[in-house]
Amino acid sequence: MSTLTPTAPRQETPSMPVTVRIPSPLRPLTGGASSVACGAGTVREVIDQLEAAHPGFQERIMKDGALRRFVNVFVAGQDVRFAEGIDTVVADGQEVTILPAVAGG
Amino acid sequence: MTAATTTQTPAGTSGCTAAGLRCKECGDTVPLTAAYACELCFGPLEVVYDDQAVAARATRERIAAGPPNLWRYRDLLPCAPEDPWSGLPTGLTPLIRAPRLGERLGLRDVWVKNETANPTHSFKDRVVSVALQKARELGFEVAACASTGNLAGAVAAHAAAAGMKAFVFVPADLEPGKIVSAGIYGATIIAVDGTYDDVNRLCMELAADRPWAFVNVNVRPYYSEGSKTLAYEVAEQLGWTLPDRCVVPVASGSLYTKIHRGFGDLLGTGLVDAGPVPVMNGAQAAGCSPVAGAWSAGRDFVAPVRPDTIAKSLAIGNPADGVFALDVARATGGAIDAVSEQEIVDGIALLAETTGIFTETAGGVSTAVLAKLAREGRIDPDERVVLYITGDGLKTLDAAAPLVRPHVIEPTVDAFVAAVGA
Repeated sequence: MSTLTPTAPRQETPSMPVTVRIPSPLRPLTGGASSVACGAGTVREVIDQLEAAHPGFQERIMKDGALRRFVNVFVAGQDVRFAEGIDTVVADGQEVTILPAVAGG
Repeated sequence: MTAATTTQTPAGTSGCTAAGLRCKECGDTVPLTAAYACELCFGPLEVVYDDQAVAARATRERIAAGPPNLWRYRDLLPCAPEDPWSGLPTGLTPLIRAPRLGERLGLRDVWVKNETANPTHSFKDRVVSVALQKARELGFEVAACASTGNLAGAVAAHAAAAGMKAFVFVPADLEPGKIVSAGIYGATIIAVDGTYDDVNRLCMELAADRPWAFVNVNVRPYYSEGSKTLAYEVAEQLGWTLPDRCVVPVASGSLYTKIHRGFGDLLGTGLVDAGPVPVMNGAQAAGCSPVAGAWSAGRDFVAPVRPDTIAKSLAIGNPADGVFALDVARATGGAIDAVSEQEIVDGIALLAETTGIFTETAGGVSTAVLAKLAREGRIDPDERVVLYITGDGLKTLDAAAPLVRPHVIEPTVDAFVAAVGA
């Protein structure tokens, strides 16, 4: 189901990659993969990495430097709006989930 | 059932009047599939209709000749069963004049839409009827949902009636009555250690990889259309007129915005005479009031909150339609208000004592907001107001239990007289 692609360690000490879970609308951009691996950083930096690997990714979830209003991002299950928003830090091994904000109720 | 009720299809059209799904954010359109978020901008998708087909078919006479359930409005819905008399009959709940409630509040024309009269005792039967009808048309065999309780029961019951499997996901701290009243229908219940918003996130992740109809995720555009029937019915029950004002609870904001949309449909099709759209007052519990908070702060975005309220059926901290609810409040001259836990309990008691209707906590929220509007002089006493009571108090007995203290006596007349003085 998931196609986790390990990333090369950025530093000398090996680190666990960050796993980004990809929502269905964006899977065409990731070759159908439901999750991809990135290095740690802020949510913004993670999205930059995704854009570099999968051009067009950023525009789909961001507008004018901010997350689009119907995009929710969770780091380790927590809505980033309860943390530092797009500047929330994603540590080694954590999972980032991107989801539409249009369900429930 | 009779010739008069056979669907009359205008030449050139067939089946339902729905034409596609359109993104409310960017306007992109897609076919009528199990899609819920725009592929371009993630905005919510909404059903759009063939206006000409709707105008040609939706008449007062055809509605009146339809079945005594929500499918009488099938020309204004995205789907309908071949036999609209079949299935678990939902809707056509009583609209009750409430003079004693009005008198307590200094209002002269208050009505209560009693949704506790639905098959599983909440308005959720409406949205589920539509969602699962469309789900079956799309080929789904399994129904699922993220629920604060009432939806779980509705999905479980309608799935049972339709012979579908059901998986319902609820927060683990839900009222026991709501868990039992879903499980009894044979649904698999998943109690998630987290808030409703956690449950919702989990369901979105699961929906992406399973061929299941999550009624409020991948078939949500159809599901939410069911709430429009709460506008149609009230208008029909008022002799095809619109009320001046409605008080509606707000959780995700879907019900509130779709009732408004339903009134718009009635004006657009000419089913009611031209006139103002009702003022829409939204009701939230202060312990989970992201939309009321945005409204009072004058914001046009809704910041999520962590819910802490007895009104568990309204405990959505991250409401999907929150921004659209703000739009409706602004457009109609309404507002979104929040009330305290004590006001909620007082609201349950006020409604019960004056109308004979026992509502769950969400109805206590709505009643309390109506009382607040009246107290603050924000309603003209002569306005025709409809209070939407969306669920049954028997499902949230714990909330009302402190209000009731029986007299425990020996089985003697003297003991009775001593206890009550009568």
